[in-house]
Amino acid sequence: MSGPKSPHAEGGTPVIGPGHSLASVTDQISKIVLTRKTPMGWFIGLGVAMLGVGLLISAIGWLLWWGTGVWGLNQPVGWGFAIINFVWWIGIGHAGTLISAILLLLKQEWRTSINRFAEAMTLFAVMCAGVFPLLHVGRPWLAYWLLPYPNTMGMWPQFRSPLLWDVFAVSTYATVSALFWYVGLIPDLATLRDRAKSLVWKRIYGALALGWRGAARHWERYETAYGLLAGLATPLVVSVHTVVSFDFAVSVIPGWHATIMPPYFVAGAIFSGFAMVLTLAIPIRRIYGLEDFITMKHLDNMAKVILATGMIVCYGYAMEAFFAWYSGSPYERYMMANRMFGPYGWSYWALITCNLLVPQLLWSARVRSSVAALFAIAIVVNVGMWLERFVIVVTSLHRDYLPSSWGMYYPTVWDWALYLGTIGLFFFLLFLFIRFLPMISIFEMRTLVPATGEEPPKKGLHIASAGASSGASAGEARRP
Amino acid sequence: MKPKFPIYGYLAEFHDGDELLAAAKRSRAAGFTVMEAYTPVPMEEVAHTLGYRTSLPWIVLAGGVLGACVGFGLQYWTSVIDYPMNIGGRPLNSWPAFIVVTFEMTILFAAASAVLGMLWLNGLPQPYHPVFNVPAFELASRNRFFLMILSRDPRFDMDATKAFMDGLGALSVKEVPH
Repeated sequence: MSGPKSPHAEGGTPVIGPGHSLASVTDQISKIVLTRKTPMGWFIGLGVAMLGVGLLISAIGWLLWWGTGVWGLNQPVGWGFAIINFVWWIGIGHAGTLISAILLLLKQEWRTSINRFAEAMTLFAVMCAGVFPLLHVGRPWLAYWLLPYPNTMGMWPQFRSPLLWDVFAVSTYATVSALFWYVGLIPDLATLRDRAKSLVWKRIYGALALGWRGAARHWERYETAYGLLAGLATPLVVSVHTVVSFDFAVSVIPGWHATIMPPYFVAGAIFSGFAMVLTLAIPIRRIYGLEDFITMKHLDNMAKVILATGMIVCYGYAMEAFFAWYSGSPYERYMMANRMFGPYGWSYWALITCNLLVPQLLWSARVRSSVAALFAIAIVVNVGMWLERFVIVVTSLHRDYLPSSWGMYYPTVWDWALYLGTIGLFFFLLFLFIRFLPMISIFEMRTLVPATGEEPPKKGLHIASAGASSGASAGEARRP
Repeated sequence: MKPKFPIYGYLAEFHDGDELLAAAKRSRAAGFTVMEAYTPVPMEEVAHTLGYRTSLPWIVLAGGVLGACVGFGLQYWTSVIDYPMNIGGRPLNSWPAFIVVTFEMTILFAAASAVLGMLWLNGLPQPYHPVFNVPAFELASRNRFFLMILSRDPRFDMDATKAFMDGLGALSVKEVPH
């Protein structure tokens, strides 16, 4: 972050394709937003995502009209899809903060080209997550009762409840993620302002850039602020999923009341978040020809993070089973047996397949260097982490202490509609983001190349570099 | 007050960061103090050469401490003073249960002070600045490095400063109108 560095600092595969300069990096990323004609695929993608948004609006409308009875919730399973999807989305968001904050503090240069859209992913995932608890309260128009404000009832929220801690943790997380993202964007918005051709966009980007002009003393404070934000976001991201796990761990339900929950939730969050970053990065780098910036080195590193956090998550599964047996509590033991061999046993074994068995393929360097295999594994992990939340929520609740109060949970079509709807919202926001804002941090990419004002060669830059980066740039070279 | 000189300053354009750094060092050695450099990438040495250190970390610390006090104070006041609930004789000030919200409020206030403090110290948002009047300046956000000596500098002189800056090896030296 502090001044230009060698792109080859880490040795081995470079984190940026060869032959780039300050000018070429700036031009190539900003032209995606500014001058290139919008690809047809973008319109198709946005259209499909808008169908999802329509589904979301219908699902919310139906729910508000009829009440939470349209969901499959019942006694004993009062926490169905709403909590499963909330935890899933929040977890996905965590990789963005991890990439932008923790890897920044650890001076991992390879984060530079993926942090911007990972942060955007965080923001959008938190928005999707927020939908669920808000609707799950039953009367969302009274959701402001969760906040401490002086009121005529003379009441205050219950500060000793994990559910209230969640309100503070998630709203702080959303705010800090948005601040971090926007601060990171300011110098790039100034670049877009200086390079936009149309007056309207010049004005829009200019207003958003707040008059940034790259003054040395501004940079000094900017870098300080950015570093401090990273330092603050790091404990925050750990705290958020810890607090989410408290929603479970502080209760007395078998399978939830365990000290393993916080670290296991945090590792699971990073695991699923990196899988989502891979799921998004692989098609984006191909469609926009960004193979010089998001290199195989990035994909390889992300695969390794997935493998490592996946092993931590599996340790969590093993410990859950061990605790259940070693506790000697008949309820804990029954919970585990029921989780594995009860009516929802299929979900447990599917989860083990997705999160424990399939990621083991990542030990192989050959698998890690195959883009198609990585994409497939990332999707499997996304599914696996959703199943994990399903297993934790449903199998613990549906059979707890008294057999007379046991029951089954079946999600309804409106549960699925709301879930698919939030996926639509996520992609809708993501498509808008990649069209109107630089999806790769331009100024941070500039720090990876030598600080000279060389102009890029007029033509053939990418063709020349295609061979060197093992044909990865072929997609870009083919473009006119 | 009418400005002493008809221009805001002289702006020299450089091809790379090392040249800018060398020029900044020479200008400082020549006794100029009111200068500003503009770079497309953050360059710590340039800021230090120009004599800047920031007080931002103290603002962030103050923000964090304030957040902790507000967070804990809110919970203490509501649970102990305004609406005490005696549950089985347990202490009203159940501080371990208050840690999470206190922590989140600390982070929230510290992060907000980092961002607002940075913008405030930088004088942003600032839609107009004289340096934007120089057409070549739009490359400052792409691949060029600029050094400006402001006419507010006590050693500034229309002709001598121009001659000095012409000798710095810049691609060009331009007048920055007010």
